[in-house]
Amino acid sequence: MKKDLLIIDNITKRFGGLLANQNISFSIDEGEIIGLIGPNGAGKSTLFNCISCYYNSNSGKILFNGTDISRKTPEAICQMGIGRTFQLVRIFKEMTVLENIMIGAFLKHAKQGDATAKAEETANLFGFTEKLSLEAGSLTISDQKRLEVARAFATEPKILLLDEMMAGLNIQEVRETTDLILKLRGMGLTLVLVEHVMEGIMPIANRVIVLDYGLKIAEGTPEEVVNNEKVIEAYFGKKYHAKRRGNTAPLQ
Amino acid sequence: MEGVFIQTLVSGLLIGFLYALIAVGLTMIFGMMDIVNFAHGDYLMVAMYFSFWFFALFGMDPLYSLPAVTLILFGLGILTYYLLIKPIINAPMLSQIFVTFGVLIFLRGLATFLWKVDYRMIPQTVLSGNIQLGDVYIGIPQLTAAAGAIICNGLVLWFLKKTRLGMALEAVAEDKEAARLMGINSDRMFALAWGIGIATVGVAGALLTSFYYVFPEVGANFGLIAFVVVALGGFGSVPGAFAAGIIVGLVEVLSGFLIGPQFKFMFVLILYLAVVFIRPQGLLGKK
Amino acid sequence: MKKGLIALIIFLGALVAFPLIFQDPFPRHTLIMIMLYAAMGIGWNIIGGYTGQVSFGNAAFFGVGAYATAIMLVNFGITPWLGMLVGCVFSVALAIIVGYPCFRLQGHYFAIATIAVGEIMLLVFTNWEYAGAAVGIYMPILPESFMNFEFHTSKLPYYYIILVIFVAAIGVCWFFERSRLGYYCRAIKEDPDGARSLGINIQRYKMIAFSISAIITSICGTFYAQYVLYIHPTSTMDLMMSIQLCIICLIGGLGKLYGPVIGAFVFIPLTELTRVYLGSEGQGVDLMIYSMLIIILAIWRPQGLWAIFTKGTAK
Repeated sequence: MKKDLLIIDNITKRFGGLLANQNISFSIDEGEIIGLIGPNGAGKSTLFNCISCYYNSNSGKILFNGTDISRKTPEAICQMGIGRTFQLVRIFKEMTVLENIMIGAFLKHAKQGDATAKAEETANLFGFTEKLSLEAGSLTISDQKRLEVARAFATEPKILLLDEMMAGLNIQEVRETTDLILKLRGMGLTLVLVEHVMEGIMPIANRVIVLDYGLKIAEGTPEEVVNNEKVIEAYFGKKYHAKRRGNTAPLQ
Repeated sequence: MEGVFIQTLVSGLLIGFLYALIAVGLTMIFGMMDIVNFAHGDYLMVAMYFSFWFFALFGMDPLYSLPAVTLILFGLGILTYYLLIKPIINAPMLSQIFVTFGVLIFLRGLATFLWKVDYRMIPQTVLSGNIQLGDVYIGIPQLTAAAGAIICNGLVLWFLKKTRLGMALEAVAEDKEAARLMGINSDRMFALAWGIGIATVGVAGALLTSFYYVFPEVGANFGLIAFVVVALGGFGSVPGAFAAGIIVGLVEVLSGFLIGPQFKFMFVLILYLAVVFIRPQGLLGKK
Repeated sequence: MKKGLIALIIFLGALVAFPLIFQDPFPRHTLIMIMLYAAMGIGWNIIGGYTGQVSFGNAAFFGVGAYATAIMLVNFGITPWLGMLVGCVFSVALAIIVGYPCFRLQGHYFAIATIAVGEIMLLVFTNWEYAGAAVGIYMPILPESFMNFEFHTSKLPYYYIILVIFVAAIGVCWFFERSRLGYYCRAIKEDPDGARSLGINIQRYKMIAFSISAIITSICGTFYAQYVLYIHPTSTMDLMMSIQLCIICLIGGLGKLYGPVIGAFVFIPLTELTRVYLGSEGQGVDLMIYSMLIIILAIWRPQGLWAIFTKGTAK
């Protein structure tokens, strides 16, 4: 397993006067599952979009396999081997499930026949065998999210960045998702999960990075993070508070 | 020679103010709803025909019928919103482009059918005449139009920034959901934006009729100029449209003066491509 | 799939046989115009229907094709077939000049730019003495031959040439639909950001699609110049022609292989009919009919409805 497959080095991102990310650094080894968590507005999505190059950071570097990617375009990132999903699913709703996955598969398989084969294989892996010819827009939200992962997977990435995979899913679906993530890791992928739902991520993450107000406030194993004073104050405090009010839904 | 040059600059400046007025409604609607009204210039044509017929049928000078024309266009804007824009407000951009483009073709077709392709003009208005300043002649209708454009644009800006209703409009533009929670009915606000946006074209049309021909295709060039102004000023920026209007006016007359009048419109269009190429967010627009 | 192929063969067979059965010039001319517009519609569909970038300036490519052919033939005596090729080169160059700045931005920038470019071309050719200015260019009457692309005793060869162009356009679109390019273009239309996340360089693919569109339209321009033997700026570059291409695709179905074909078969006879029945008194009525068609189709077309439906259930 390669050490430091992805290095986030001192990333700062500003929107006008607002500092969304401030000097954030951490690194990810190959084969890890990393959780990126924090309360709403902590800057998780901003960081996520910086890594996937939908935003360009104001300063700092992002090294993937030793190459600085922080000034590249999203499509170049994907071609290099970083796949992503979106917080609000962005599948191609008017296309079929198979076509959605094919568009991912075309990256490494230029011929239609090859791409179809690759897409079918991917579809089997993600449990879409029976739904290949359905219109993607007609799927349930949880299926749509899974399709988005399948589509990104078909580009044959080394790292998958998954944005709020578990938001809005029920307990059964969360369990299926964690199984899926473990399965992907088993296939050699490195995963970065941005999440709100702690329950889903804690049992599977190797390490968790916690952001609050644009700063990294903690990093460590799930157990370490859960017991971290700062984290409890910034994140769990609110959550437990919410729970006491009888609101068991994850904070949005 | 020098006198001619100054004369050219002055006329460019004056028409520039009017361009700014024509464009302000376009940029306002775009800024609020992200919809480009391709038929914008053709509402100008409609306003001009109303002005013309008020004169031809009732002998009313375009200046006196201006309030009525403005009010009619305001109504037309609201009608357009409820009838055609509301159904496509969340539709893909493709549908939005087609619908407003459809309106463009419809209005031109209607005008051609009703009034044929003839060029019409009001021969003598209360504003006819010139003012002489040294070597430079300034047409009173043009001067009035420029003054009217400045006042009207100022009013729009004041309305958006200083009145409660205007601020509600901007709030909806900013965040529809949040505005809804604050009790603002976004539907009515959008309708109002269309009313005002089209009414400003009504003012422009009424002012323009004092010194310009009316014909079914008159909106084509003015509409395209409005797009250039909006792109240059930044989509959605009212002050930007004002500055850009003047620039476009000057570019037009200067290229006409230096290269040839038949090419002046071409340079305005080239300006659009240059803006898109070099500074797509426009002069004052946010990136 | 099998059924579709049989239907296509019957359809093409009918087109081949048509002029042998109908010997009058008028039905032949009508069918030539239908196939010409269907081919151009297919060209428009590739950038507008599949890729979702509305072009109101495709007539410019038609004009470039027609003028390149005419200028080369009149001034240098070069065969129109070479003119066709040169027209394509210029059209692609134009597509790239327009597309490069605009495709980085949202769709309406492109739509407006295409109108602007169409108008610029119209103005340039109206004032360009070398290209005949507003009067246009009369083609020299040459001996009938395939090389000269001129046929005087019978219009039949024109019919079969446009039939070949039309079938070729269908073929190009068929391959486009099944290629990576076609899939990528549809992805770009549906969700550009999503497409980028899958490694698609959206700028490049829009450009390729626009170039293909330009080539098909330009070839049609060459055909038109040789068929009519007289071109002038408004007959080859008018905004109305670009709009008609949009309408043809909208009627038949955006982003569907046979959409423009169906559209042209409905639209061209319709225009002929309105022209015959309404005459000059009805000037403008045809525009009103088209525009209402556009608006109704744009509001009620399935994608539009679909968007409203999903918005309603997602919340």
